[in-house]
Amino acid sequence: MIVELGHFALLLAFVVACLQMVMPLWGAQKGWTGWMAMAEPAALSQAALLLISFVALTHAFVVSDFSVLLVASNSHTLKPMLYKVTGVWGNHEGSMLLWCLILAVFGALVALFGGNLPDRLKARVLGVQAAIGVAFLGFLIFTSNPFLRLALPPMNGQDLNPLLQDPGLAFHPPFLYVGYVGLSTSFSFAVAALLEGRVDAAWGRWVRPWTLLSWLNLTIGIALGSWWAYYELGWGGFWFWDPVENASFMPWLISAALLHSAIVVEKREALKSWTVLLAILAFGFSLIGAFIVRSGVLTSVHAFANDPERGVYLLGITVVFMGGALTLYAARAGEMTAKGVFGTISRESALVLNNVLLAVATFVVFIGTVWPLIAEMAFDRKVSVGPPFFDAAFTPFMILLALVLPIGTILPWKRAKLGRVMRPLWAALALAAMLAALVWVIQTERSLMAPAGAFLGAWLILGAAVDLWTKTGSDVSAKLRRAVKLPRSDWGRVVAHAGLGVTFIGIALMLAWEVEDIRVAETGESFEVAGYRITLADVRDVEGPNYFSTMAELRVERNGRTEAVLFPEKRVYPVAGMPTTEAAISNGVFRDIYLVIGDQQPGGGWAVRSYVKPFANWIWAGAIIMSLGGLLSLTDRRFRVAAGARKAPRAGVPAE
Amino acid sequence: MIWRVVALWFALAGAAFAVEPGEVLQDPVLEERARVISKELRCLVCRNESIDESNAELARDLRLLVRERLVEGDSNDEVLEFITARYGEYVLLSPPTTGSNLILWAAGPVLFLSALGISALYLRRRRSAPAPEGLSDAEEARLKELLDK
Repeated sequence: MIVELGHFALLLAFVVACLQMVMPLWGAQKGWTGWMAMAEPAALSQAALLLISFVALTHAFVVSDFSVLLVASNSHTLKPMLYKVTGVWGNHEGSMLLWCLILAVFGALVALFGGNLPDRLKARVLGVQAAIGVAFLGFLIFTSNPFLRLALPPMNGQDLNPLLQDPGLAFHPPFLYVGYVGLSTSFSFAVAALLEGRVDAAWGRWVRPWTLLSWLNLTIGIALGSWWAYYELGWGGFWFWDPVENASFMPWLISAALLHSAIVVEKREALKSWTVLLAILAFGFSLIGAFIVRSGVLTSVHAFANDPERGVYLLGITVVFMGGALTLYAARAGEMTAKGVFGTISRESALVLNNVLLAVATFVVFIGTVWPLIAEMAFDRKVSVGPPFFDAAFTPFMILLALVLPIGTILPWKRAKLGRVMRPLWAALALAAMLAALVWVIQTERSLMAPAGAFLGAWLILGAAVDLWTKTGSDVSAKLRRAVKLPRSDWGRVVAHAGLGVTFIGIALMLAWEVEDIRVAETGESFEVAGYRITLADVRDVEGPNYFSTMAELRVERNGRTEAVLFPEKRVYPVAGMPTTEAAISNGVFRDIYLVIGDQQPGGGWAVRSYVKPFANWIWAGAIIMSLGGLLSLTDRRFRVAAGARKAPRAGVPAE
Repeated sequence: MIWRVVALWFALAGAAFAVEPGEVLQDPVLEERARVISKELRCLVCRNESIDESNAELARDLRLLVRERLVEGDSNDEVLEFITARYGEYVLLSPPTTGSNLILWAAGPVLFLSALGISALYLRRRRSAPAPEGLSDAEEARLKELLDK
């Protein structure tokens, strides 16, 4: 019964979305206020209906209702409750329902917090948002309905994949979806602005929080996914340039560009048509990402082998929305005249450079991801594009970005003198160079990677500090007081840029200084890895709740002092009939020790792999700091005031 | 990510690990070179994994082949050529810069340079453009007309 209610709510949401698409858009065109006013209640009820639908599906997973096909094929009574719940989005249909729910929730948020939007713009934004909803709800209902019943329910579910029962894996999709789908709101604002034929500072201010929200969720989602790969896959890789990873990385890069160009629209009324284009493309990359992940076109050898129908439908959605929006853009972009005048050396042009670098980097990832497909279709060549290509083609743009970033952030608007701006930065530059020299001296490798990474990371972090320093005036005694009073968006910028520096340091030092040791060790044997003395103390068989495990006990010592005792495992899950490796990691600020136990060797002893990974945690710490920066920025008074500006007087309460 | 898990699952079902202790060469310099080369080669039966990461049988065979060639005295490039000649360019994770692949390699730099050019033009226009904040001629005329009424 609850399942049928959910199913019914889903269908009703589709109908509501259709109305929400047609009536406000038509009303806005004709100037009929009654029709436009329909948008708000429709957006709210669509979100409510999808919430009911999602709760119903979750309920089916929680109570293990195996008469529902989706539950029967993706759950099991023995699963821990947490993973029954996360199992709702651990499959195509359920994750698509979550996608639609988030889409509708974003629409509802625009309806709720968009009090200060002009009525016509709001009607159009919600209408476009609903059009996306119609497309995806149609996709969900007609090709991947999650509520289909089974006539003969099985006794138990089919899925108990132990590798998927992991918090890192279970929780990263919702963050990614909020990120992907949040960009739909920026897209809706862009299309609505094109329909209006008007983009101004206020538009820049409206579109920014939605982009910021998406970007920070993408940051968290990507970091969680990468962290999971690091500890779960058994050798400590954290990024593979896999098509599925690239699918989330492209929207991240392009939304970072959009985030910055929207500032120029807001503050200086320039870069308008470019920003609108970016907002369209950002969601375009989300759609392409969905297509890549769900059609399997780039992941399997045979195109569309996974599910041709779904792939074609998603490609259709992408083509219709991108084609439509870009046509509209071509027709209307000319009407957006820029107002701001600025010199070649100015914050504006620094942000233009930021956009050029981020957009080109996105494009490099894009062409690298789809090239195997293009080469096969157009040139009849079977090629692979893997990490060596991306490392070579993508990294230079990031290096350039890091080099100019600290200068760009402290350049004043309109026009600037480079010499004067650089004055407080020389110290940071010298310090970063000294650190790089130090790194060069202490390392035994001859590679430039570690010094270069340390230089860029330090330059970014110190640059962020200089940014803060210059924003707090010349009076040193008042600096602290001023710093506390700085707008949150200033703090957000400083924190996010420093976070990027932390990630740079982590990636470069870990890749450059990682030490790996693969050997056969007898129990009781000790060996030396990068200054650590590792002893294989014991290997024993252990029985877990639903698995058998071979557990090793390894003692890690340094200078005669025990640093850690680690228990890497090799598990076999009899129900699923599959082995997994559980690496044991001793986390540290400056190094991770990462141990893996392998098979027993025919000649006696065990295969043991030991890695010492310097600065590994900095990679994810940097991502967390970046998203914190995004969050700080999002709570800036400017956005809150803008959001509540209209509601407050109506309620008769003074704003703030 | 999900697909990586699935790929891993299938891979694990058959074999155990990536580089096994038995494969490692005695000479650390040669071994280091073998690792570098292994990261350039695709495991043909896997999903987007290099032979260095992969657990599949085929990847193991290729790793052993790479080491065999190195012990024979081949240079890194010779080893890559040897394997490409047998398995096709699909095996290379970094597509060779020949023929149509030039488009792929040039795309980034070319786009970057043209983007720089376009933004330089844009910046020049922004620098000199008079702010169109006043009224246009037509608006001026219309205003005059209204005021004169």
